[in-house]
Amino acid sequence: MPDPIIRVVELHKHFGRVSALNGVNLEVQQGQVVVIIGPSGSGKSTLLRCINHLEKPTHGHVFIEGVDLEAKSTNINKMRTEIGMVFQQFNLFPHLTVLNNITLAQKVVRKRGKEEREQVARQLLERVGIPEKADAYPGQLSGGQQQRVAIARALAMNPKIMLFDEPTSALDPEMITEVLDVMQDLAQTGMTMVCVTHEMGFAKAAANRIIFMDQGLIVEDTTPTDLYENPQHERTRLFLSKILH
Amino acid sequence: MSVKPEGSPKPAVRSRLTFSEQMRHFPWWAVIMIAGLAIAFVAMMGNPQYREALNFIVRPPTSTEMAFGIEVRNGLMMTLVTTIVAYLIALIFGLLLGVMRVSKNPILFHASTLYVELMRGVPMLVLIIWIGFVVVPFLRLQAGDAFPLTNVQGAILGLGFGYAAYLAEVYRSGIESISHGQMEAARSLGMGYVQSMRYVILPQAIRRVVPPLANDLVALLKDSALVSVVAVPEILQMARLYVSRTFRAFEGYNSAAFLYLVLTLAFIIVVRLIERRWRSNA
Repeated sequence: MPDPIIRVVELHKHFGRVSALNGVNLEVQQGQVVVIIGPSGSGKSTLLRCINHLEKPTHGHVFIEGVDLEAKSTNINKMRTEIGMVFQQFNLFPHLTVLNNITLAQKVVRKRGKEEREQVARQLLERVGIPEKADAYPGQLSGGQQQRVAIARALAMNPKIMLFDEPTSALDPEMITEVLDVMQDLAQTGMTMVCVTHEMGFAKAAANRIIFMDQGLIVEDTTPTDLYENPQHERTRLFLSKILH
Repeated sequence: MSVKPEGSPKPAVRSRLTFSEQMRHFPWWAVIMIAGLAIAFVAMMGNPQYREALNFIVRPPTSTEMAFGIEVRNGLMMTLVTTIVAYLIALIFGLLLGVMRVSKNPILFHASTLYVELMRGVPMLVLIIWIGFVVVPFLRLQAGDAFPLTNVQGAILGLGFGYAAYLAEVYRSGIESISHGQMEAARSLGMGYVQSMRYVILPQAIRRVVPPLANDLVALLKDSALVSVVAVPEILQMARLYVSRTFRAFEGYNSAAFLYLVLTLAFIIVVRLIERRWRSNA
């Protein structure tokens, strides 16, 4: 096996007295699509946020392409340009147009010229299916459209990894599919993806790995089919019985 | 466009207001104030003593004063120059302090907090007297004739740097009102803290605090009267000079109050217009 693109070693994260992660080990290979599921408070979002260092781990290490995010010499801003993140609440910049949401970081981080960054933005808007919204403001878009812009914004940095933190949880039911479709297309392009989501249809269709977390630990790490048909742990079975109806 | 079932009434473009609602929305207070001021002005112009008092404030017989390269010819203008210069200082320095107040850097945070609490812990009047009668004379003593600040300038700077502490808190509350997800989203794209502040947080935060900032402009206009204690020849100081020369306190101070009301009314109208514009743009 080649070196993993993401390697998480003995990761602990405590918030005061509450411990969110209790020694997580995980390796993700280039091109893998990993879905993380688990009950609320199981640490799945925290794990994701540690991978791009939005949370600083209490103990343990995260390596991206072999670079330790915890090391003092690591330029975290530079590392983050390789790791796109999509949030549950979209977090688009409401004072900027859709186009400028996608071009801002290209300008100030990647130092791309105006023509290039706008071309990148328009191509990505085409790809997520809303090229006509370039000049709209986020507040004028539906939730599903906003989340697709958020995906385009992250992709504009040409990341090697994409993290999705419950990307469809804040959406009205009829808008979930449009976001999942974009994510599924992205999975097919060979993007390395780590997704916290309870969308089992997406997991079955796009993921090659599914991880079940509980109480800050990885309980099961297997393929989606295996997990549904043959869960190894009682906790997994219980959880699946609650979310699959 | 949503399809309405047939026969349903057209949605009203603008809901009809009842008579009392219309009365509530009409700015009667401004009409009454403007009318009162106009009547007062006509009455004052018809009275030679009031004419003399107003003339003394607006066209004083004394020589002109220089403030930051601006030639100030009268009390009204001095009040305006004091207000605007102090406000610009407060806007810019206050923003710097406000950003420092939310910084994770302990030096920046504690330095700015110390400054803000010191300035807010001293009455503005005491601050101005202290700068005018302690700081400026002391520095002049040290530097000799080379010292570049006049008393007037010292007082204006004191007002501006004092107000900066108040505006810093306005900016800080604006920055803190922006959801944490905005900073996270910016950082997740590889932008640094300063870049994220500059391009994502501050543009939103400042937009949000335009109304309170504008309100503080009116407050500052009124507080500009405080600099009269160090003999800055603005409206109140000129009125006091007039009273001390003529012993006509009634005419002198009524004229001062009249001029302040005219100025604050003009400022308030501008502030309301700005607020309305920002609200509809938000």
